[in-house]
Amino acid sequence: MSSTNKITTKQRLQIDRQKMAEQAPLIRNANFSEVNLGLPEKVALIEAERCLQCRDPKCVSGCPVMVNIPKFIDLLSQGNLEGAARSLLSDNALPSVTGRVCPQETQCEVECIRGNKGLPVAIGYLERFVGDWANGKGQGFGLEVAPPTHRKVAIVGSGPGGLTAAGELAKLGHSVTVYEALHKPGGVLVYGIPEFRLPKKIVETEVARLENAGVKIVCNTIIGRTYTIQELQKEFDAIFIANGAGLPVFMDVPGENLKGVYSANEYLTRVNLMAAYDFPRADTPVLRGARVVTVGAGNVAMDSARTAKRLGAECSTIVYRRTRKEMPARAEEVHHAGEEAIQFEFLAAPVEVLGDEKKRVRAIRCIRMRLGEPDASGRARPEPIPGSDFEIPCDIVVVAVGTRANPLLTSTCPGLKLNKHGNIAVDENGMTTLPGVFAGGDIVRGAATVILAMGDGKRAARAIDNYLKGAPTGAGNT
Amino acid sequence: MHVIRSKAQISPNVTRIEVDAPRIAAIRQPGQFVIVRRGDGAERIPLTIADADPQVGTITLVIQAVGKSTRELVALQPGEAIADIAGPLGKPTELIESGRALCVGGGVGTAVVHPIAQGLHARGVDVVSIIGGRSKEWVIFESDLKRLGEVIVCTDDGSYGRKGFVTDAARDALAARPFNVVYAVGPVPMMRAVASLTRPLGVHTIVSLNPVMVDGTGMCGGCRVVVGGQNLFACVDGPEFDGHQVDFDLLMERLGTYRELEQEAASRCDNGSCKIGLK
Repeated sequence: MSSTNKITTKQRLQIDRQKMAEQAPLIRNANFSEVNLGLPEKVALIEAERCLQCRDPKCVSGCPVMVNIPKFIDLLSQGNLEGAARSLLSDNALPSVTGRVCPQETQCEVECIRGNKGLPVAIGYLERFVGDWANGKGQGFGLEVAPPTHRKVAIVGSGPGGLTAAGELAKLGHSVTVYEALHKPGGVLVYGIPEFRLPKKIVETEVARLENAGVKIVCNTIIGRTYTIQELQKEFDAIFIANGAGLPVFMDVPGENLKGVYSANEYLTRVNLMAAYDFPRADTPVLRGARVVTVGAGNVAMDSARTAKRLGAECSTIVYRRTRKEMPARAEEVHHAGEEAIQFEFLAAPVEVLGDEKKRVRAIRCIRMRLGEPDASGRARPEPIPGSDFEIPCDIVVVAVGTRANPLLTSTCPGLKLNKHGNIAVDENGMTTLPGVFAGGDIVRGAATVILAMGDGKRAARAIDNYLKGAPTGAGNT
Repeated sequence: MHVIRSKAQISPNVTRIEVDAPRIAAIRQPGQFVIVRRGDGAERIPLTIADADPQVGTITLVIQAVGKSTRELVALQPGEAIADIAGPLGKPTELIESGRALCVGGGVGTAVVHPIAQGLHARGVDVVSIIGGRSKEWVIFESDLKRLGEVIVCTDDGSYGRKGFVTDAARDALAARPFNVVYAVGPVPMMRAVASLTRPLGVHTIVSLNPVMVDGTGMCGGCRVVVGGQNLFACVDGPEFDGHQVDFDLLMERLGTYRELEQEAASRCDNGSCKIGLK
C-alpha cells in the first residue's frame, strides 16, 4: 500500500513514539476510573505518521483478527477519521475494547518493523483512538450489513468470542441470536475486566452497535439449562458455542474455604458486574481487607490485586511461584500494578490459608520456590525449598490461578466430543463433532485472552458462512 | 421483564409470589432454582422454584424477607415486574420411583420441600410431610402438601399441631414405619439434626443447601460446600446433596460471611414498604 501523504520515510523515522496520558498512580489506585486517558487527536495523527506503510505488513499477521492495520493508520494520518473508522470496524467490531485489552506487545506491535530500532508504532493506542472516535459519533458508524440471507445462527455466550462472531455473521446478512447466562451482555468484558481498564460504557456502546446491526441478545438464558443445544439445533441453521471457561480452579490447600478466600471470578464479578465497590448503594457486598494477597500472575491476578487496592487495601500483594520474567500478564498490567504500589512476592507458593477463631482469613502460609529445569510449557519448573515456609498476614485471599471448562453445557449435550480437560474438541474450521455446531474461545482453548477468543469468533463466522452456503436451506425449520 | 401476577404473605416474614417465567414454568423440575435480580443495583438472589403453572406460564417463588434485597423484592406489587429471572438452575432432585418418602420442612424450607413432594407424588410414591414453625402463623404450605399426602404439623409453642420441633416428629415417624428416603430442607441446624437421626438408621437423606451464591452457573465458586470431603459447587453440583456427607459446620460458617455487611445494608433500608420482616 502506498501512502498518499507527502511525508517521507526519513521524516517518519524521526518521530518518537507518542505517550498516552495516565492518571497518576497514587491517585488512580484509589478510584475505579480508567487508568489510560487516551490520545488527543493531534497526538494520534502524529503517531499515525510513524507507520512506514510496509508493503508486506507483519503487524497484520500478528493480529488474531487480522485487522488491516496499515490501512486504518494511513487513513488516520491523512486526517480521514471517518475512513479510518470504517476500515477498522470492517475488520474488528470491538476496536475500543481490543485497543484497551489486547496484549499488543506480543501480537501486532512485536511484529512492527519500527521495533527493530526503537519503539514500534503504538497500534493499540491508535486502534483505541479510532474506535473511541467512532463511538463518539453515535450510530453513524454502524456495521454495514448485507441483505438478509434468512439463515439463523445461535451464539452461546456474549463475551468477546460470541460478540465478534455475531458482528461478522450479521454483516454477512445472517439472522443472529446471542444467548447470555448473566443479566448483562459482555461476558468477561463486564464481569471480569475492571472498569479502570475497560469502562463498561465502552462495552455497552459496542454491544449497541451489534444490536443496531440486527443482532438479538437474550440475557438470563443458560444453554444447558434453559435450552439445550439439541433444542437450538431445531431452531437454528448453525450454532457457535463461546461460553468461556467459566469454572474457577482453586489451589487445593487447607483453609481454602475460610471466610475471605475468593476465586478471582467471584471477587471481580462482585466488584465489576454487581458494583460491590459501591456497596451499600449497590446491594451486593464484597469483603474489604487491609491486607489482600492475590495468588497468580496473569491478567486476572493483576486485575484482582489492583481492584483490592482500590477497595482500600493498604497492602495488596501478588504471590507467584515463578519470577517476574515468567509472569503471563500483559506487560502494561504488570507495569501499572507496580506503579500502583502492588507488591510482588515471587518464588513463593501457598501451602495453607490460616484462619482465626471466627474462621476468617488471618494469613497465608507459603513455601519458597526455586526455578529448576524447564517443564512442558517451556518455562522453568518451580520447585519447593524444603523447610522454607513463611507466613504473609492478610485478611483476604484471591485465588487467580486459572479456570477450567464449565460442564453445564457440555454435560447436557451428548455427541459433543470433549478433550481430556473437558474442553470442546473442534476441527480446523472450528466445527465440533456435531454438524453445524462450532465452538471457540476459552471453552476450546482453556483460559486464554480476549483477542484469541475474538480471533476464534471471526474464523468461526467465516466457517459458519461457508457451512450455511453448503448446507441445504431451511435446515433450521424442520 | 417478569410481571408479578399475584402475591400473598403466608407467614410473618414469608411472601409467596406467582411471576411470569413461561420457559422456566414449562421445564422446571423438582429441586431446581432460579436467580432473581429485582432491577438495577440489586443483588442476584437464588430462590427455589416452589411451584409452577406451565399453562399460565408462571412460577411460584417463596421469599423470606431477611435483608434489604429480599425485603425490596417482597415490596413489589402485583403488576410490577422483576427485571431478571434466570434458570432453571441446579440439578433436579433425585426422586425415588416407588415406596415411601419422608419430607421434612423447617420454616421457609417447607416451600423447597413442596416441589420435591410434588415430584414424588406424581411418581406414585407415598409421601409423608413433616412441617413446622415457631407458632401457628409461621406454618406454610400446609394445604399444598396435604394434596400430596399425609402432613404432620409441629409448632415450637404448641399453638398448632404437635408441640415441638420437626426433628422430634421425624424421629417418631421413622420409628413407626419404614421410609426409603428422607428429604430435609430448612435451617442448617435442622438439616444437620435430621441427618443425625437417619444416619444410624441407614436411611438415605437428601438435604438442599443454600450457600451464598452470585451467578448460579458455576462461574464464581462462592457457593462451594464440602460433601464427602470434596469441594463442590452447590449451584451446579447441587443444591441437593447426601445429608450424611455434608460438612454443615462449614456451611454455617460461610453463610455468615456477609452478616455484618448485610446488617449495615438492612439498617440503611428505611423505605416504608421495606419494614416487612423486621421484628
